[in-house]
Amino acid sequence: MAEFWDIYLLPALIIVGQILLIVVPLLVAVAYLTLYERKVMAVMQLRKGPNVVGPFGLLQPLADGAKLFFKETVVPTGANKILFLLAPMVTFILSLIAWAVIPFDEGWVLADINVGGLYLFAISSLGVYGIIVAGWASNSRYPFLGALRSAAQMVSYEVSIGFVIVTVLLCAGTLNLSGIVESQKGDLGLLNWWFIPLFPMFIIFFISILAETNRHPFDLPEAEAELVAGYQTEYSSMAFALFFLGEYANMILMSGICTVLFLGGWLPPADWAIFTWIPGIIWFGIKIAILLFVFIWVRATLPRYRYDQLMRLGWKVFLPFSLLWVVLTAGFLVYFDMVPA
Amino acid sequence: MIISTIAFYLFAAMTIASAFMVISAKNPVHSVLYLILAFFNSAALFVLLGAEFIAMILVVVYVGAVAVLFLFVVMMLDINFAELRQGFLQYLPIGGLIGVILLIELILVVSGWALSPEAIQVGSQVAPVVSDLTNTEQLGHVIYTDYAYLFQIAGMILLVAMIGAIVLTNRSRPGVRKQNIARQVYRRPEESMAVRKVEPGQGV
Repeated sequence: MAEFWDIYLLPALIIVGQILLIVVPLLVAVAYLTLYERKVMAVMQLRKGPNVVGPFGLLQPLADGAKLFFKETVVPTGANKILFLLAPMVTFILSLIAWAVIPFDEGWVLADINVGGLYLFAISSLGVYGIIVAGWASNSRYPFLGALRSAAQMVSYEVSIGFVIVTVLLCAGTLNLSGIVESQKGDLGLLNWWFIPLFPMFIIFFISILAETNRHPFDLPEAEAELVAGYQTEYSSMAFALFFLGEYANMILMSGICTVLFLGGWLPPADWAIFTWIPGIIWFGIKIAILLFVFIWVRATLPRYRYDQLMRLGWKVFLPFSLLWVVLTAGFLVYFDMVPA
Repeated sequence: MIISTIAFYLFAAMTIASAFMVISAKNPVHSVLYLILAFFNSAALFVLLGAEFIAMILVVVYVGAVAVLFLFVVMMLDINFAELRQGFLQYLPIGGLIGVILLIELILVVSGWALSPEAIQVGSQVAPVVSDLTNTEQLGHVIYTDYAYLFQIAGMILLVAMIGAIVLTNRSRPGVRKQNIARQVYRRPEESMAVRKVEPGQGV
């Protein structure tokens, strides 16, 4: 019995504890990301934003959550009930399981696998299922149109995301995410991070993750002027909340991936004592918060793309450019004998 | 040890069950979803084998891209389920024959492996596995150094298939209004807009 405890039960309990340690702060972060978004947008549009519930509106996310929790879950009569309820769960779960491989600090990672970059790519390419199944299971026109748009959009932008990951992989010499962060360590601090040598790929990656998370200016799947609310038109209560949480968790996740690939993960921007004294997880959080600010900034600034422009940008601009950049990077590394061992 | 055995039987059973559901589900959309479940479980089997790279590629390519397009097409088509079922008995003999052939081939391969492990190694020269390399690096070595030409030929075949698909589906229709992006970008306010001062009650 003692053996059983040592070999199976204790490790299982430790892993469950670690998972909770990631998921609970993540959900709090998601809740406050909504407030962050509303406050930042309010300032940009010369409004005040939520300021009634709690001091500075700090309890607003909790109030919104409680409101959604107590609403009734309405399942349309013509809907495919099982798939209708499965779709939001899929979206939410996929946005959580990707965090298993993200390194928060040196050694602070749940599963330090060798193919971490590919794992993230795989999980992010599955995100489309939640949306497309929701659109189909709703058995209604607007959700279906939104789902079809979303499927085409996500598949288009994944291709260039894949090439960006390949470029970083070529420069770092590993697919392990901790290894990718370590490869950005150097005397120059900030200048060693991959966003300097691979600047065009950084821009492409950021625009592609806007499209991948269905954020403005690529939010065609839920374009409210044409499609009511897109794939989530028929959803209410907690089913809607799961979509919402999944979408915002995906934003944080994609910012995290961008931080790991291009912005040096947990590394401080310079090797000064005052910077190295701050723990790595704080740096990681700051970088994610900056990227999330850009997400919101883009939302408050840019008008929505037209559908054909969106497709053109993905297939005719990003795909050839990123493919060319992969070839150039590989050629450069081989010619100057800089291929990482 | 016992955990991995249990996991293997669980994933293997799930794979077979979902593969069976692919062909027996009434609704084609459900079939595709069961197919995705089957892909997932085979990826899990690859992970159990230690082939993590192949497992991830299976998920990326088959689940993330191919099955999405399957689902896309199946959802768009207006399929009459009753009509779809009609040909079942007619095609059963030939389908069964193909299944039996595949089964016999599998049995031949596996029994040869079980009866004489040495005989298998003569035919295929397995590259020496260096244990301190990761999965990805090992595959890279094998594909890009030992079998570079075969890999290139595989790429050419895919390219031919791609060009073929484009040639078959691309038709130029007259009267399509297309946006010339370069012209759109180079538009200036002066050439596309005029500012006029309109007197009240006069009109332009």
